[in-house]
Amino acid sequence: MDGFGTGHLVYLLNGLLWTVVLSVLALLLGGIAGFGVMLARISQRRWLRRVSMGYVQIVQGTPLLIQMFLMYFGLGVAGVQVPALLAAALAMMIYSSAYLGEIWRGCVQSIGKTQFEAAETLALTRWQSLIDVILPQAARIATPPTVGFVVQLVKNTSLASVVGFLELTRSAQVINNSLFQPFLVFGIAAALYFAVCYPLSLWSRTLERKLNAGRRQA
Amino acid sequence: MPAAVKLENVVKRFGALEVLKGISFDIEPGQVVALIGASGSGKSTALRCINRLEQIQGGSIHVCGHRVEDPTLDPRALRQDVGMVFQSYNLFPHMTVGQNVILALKRVKKMPKAEAMRIAERVLKQVGLAEKIDSYPEQLSGGQQQRVAIARSLAMSPKVMLFDEVTSALDPKLTGEVLRVMEDLAKGGMTMVVVTHEMAFARRAADKVIFMHHGHVHEVGGPNILTNPGTAELREFLEHDL
Amino acid sequence: MQYEFNFAALAPYWGSFLSGAWVTIQLTVASVALGMVIGVLCAIARRSAFRSLRTAAGIYIETVRNTPFIVQIFFIFFGLSSVGLRMPILWAAIFALVINVGAYTAEIVRAGMDAIPHGQIEAAEALGLTKFQIYRDIIIMPAIEKVYPALTSQFVLMMLTTSIASQISAEELTGVANNIQSNTFRSFETYIVVGLLYIGITFLMRAAFWGIGQIAFPRRRKLGEA
Repeated sequence: MDGFGTGHLVYLLNGLLWTVVLSVLALLLGGIAGFGVMLARISQRRWLRRVSMGYVQIVQGTPLLIQMFLMYFGLGVAGVQVPALLAAALAMMIYSSAYLGEIWRGCVQSIGKTQFEAAETLALTRWQSLIDVILPQAARIATPPTVGFVVQLVKNTSLASVVGFLELTRSAQVINNSLFQPFLVFGIAAALYFAVCYPLSLWSRTLERKLNAGRRQA
Repeated sequence: MPAAVKLENVVKRFGALEVLKGISFDIEPGQVVALIGASGSGKSTALRCINRLEQIQGGSIHVCGHRVEDPTLDPRALRQDVGMVFQSYNLFPHMTVGQNVILALKRVKKMPKAEAMRIAERVLKQVGLAEKIDSYPEQLSGGQQQRVAIARSLAMSPKVMLFDEVTSALDPKLTGEVLRVMEDLAKGGMTMVVVTHEMAFARRAADKVIFMHHGHVHEVGGPNILTNPGTAELREFLEHDL
Repeated sequence: MQYEFNFAALAPYWGSFLSGAWVTIQLTVASVALGMVIGVLCAIARRSAFRSLRTAAGIYIETVRNTPFIVQIFFIFFGLSSVGLRMPILWAAIFALVINVGAYTAEIVRAGMDAIPHGQIEAAEALGLTKFQIYRDIIIMPAIEKVYPALTSQFVLMMLTTSIASQISAEELTGVANNIQSNTFRSFETYIVVGLLYIGITFLMRAAFWGIGQIAFPRRRKLGEA
């Protein structure tokens, strides 16, 4: 039995690459869907608000692990054979759409009714008010928590390992199965996650501090 | 009789900024002293040094037999003898009025609850708020909260009480009810050090007035110095800074 | 798409589902209780006057918050057994969960403690209370009250995270589901049922936290939510 070597490290780094790919996919897909969730949550149509709220409560009330399984087996049930990457990305899209939708709804609503009303007295349509008045302001306050959520997203891609997607955690498991040096192997995997997540955490905190400082001046 | 509070050449610095530049004064038991001066003159800092909320860098402070500047002194022993009331009341918002008053009795004096409650009822009656014992601070007006804060301090039977601009956050209508409670205390023989902007109160209740200016004790005298100031700075302060 | 849903095939397993849910609840209660203790202690350490204590707590918190739980639980469970320390699976799961949730709790509670006005602490000092008494009587409960909604959300997230304990073969709800689906080949139905059970536990938990809040914060009960 050999010890941990360069080959293993390359294997882990390859896994890290797929972790990043999955994170980016999840963020893009989840961002688009989350924008839709946010719109539905602040809609003037009551049924749409109710349906979207139900959606959020279901997604936020079940583990991502179960969502992974449901997507993986559900697609199989539907007769669609998809690669593990796609199943994982779709599950993470649903998961992040609910959380991002809620984060962004909070930001839009904190901009407040008065701004909406001010825009509407200028005869802007609701859609125009949203695009021209509300979203530019909301985007500023939404950035720190969104970056903070990306940290959660990166960490949660680790759950794609359970449907067999060979990202960083799965790679670490594979290596550990042959070497059985769990402290070392999972320690290195943790360090790699940390290397990606910690800068994002710091960035999120810096953004938040700047935002608060700017607000205090205003 | 030895002084209740005695400051000698007290120096207090915040970093490079010297706030107290060697001040001295003493206070007899039972005396009511008004500490006056412009903001930034060091009067509140002097008060906070007396119960060691601020550490001093030079000189000495004696309070009821405690040497305040001694690093081996347990500040809690000192603070059992010295009560303090703050500008912002600082009641504990999650506790009722009664709980606020008995907290230190139970924790510091290790008093059984029933006995502590009897004291709470007595001191709350003294400040005219006996019926508020089960209210929460946010249900009270500012003046009532400040009277509770006085009662909370009084419950510990301190030998000296410090008052740090206790009416500055109150509107004039509520100021009166707090000052009346303080005047009652003064008549009852409590040793009091009062940092205040209320010159009328100082004139009525103080036995001694200390005027601070740029970190020095600039003038000391009876309440008559408020009408006949001996220095130009005090005259200026009385005319302009109020 | 032609798929015949068959939930009837799962009927014989209702007892297993419930026992899985019960284990999930036990894991959650144990981890919330212990995680709260660790969280409060670490929040105090983060505010300590001793630099080394602040740094140590900071390293713990940042390490946990920036790595995935599944890696943490593998590190702990497989790591400990590789050096001959074998403990029951549920103990290992609770151990990993507590380490994880303690770090998140610490950050939330610290934010609450930092929001306590300094004047209140000074007032307590002026009354002669010790540091310990000040934390116990003046800081901890009001701090928790301030951040209670955030804590509730964090603990719900932690309950959902207990599902990952299935990956070290814990027989909680997800672990039970994995077994059932491999016996019945009704994976989709199984995970739908389990998903609904998790939603039920989520609502239960929110209700429980609301109730605990009513008992723990009498001012809130008397004056309404401010």
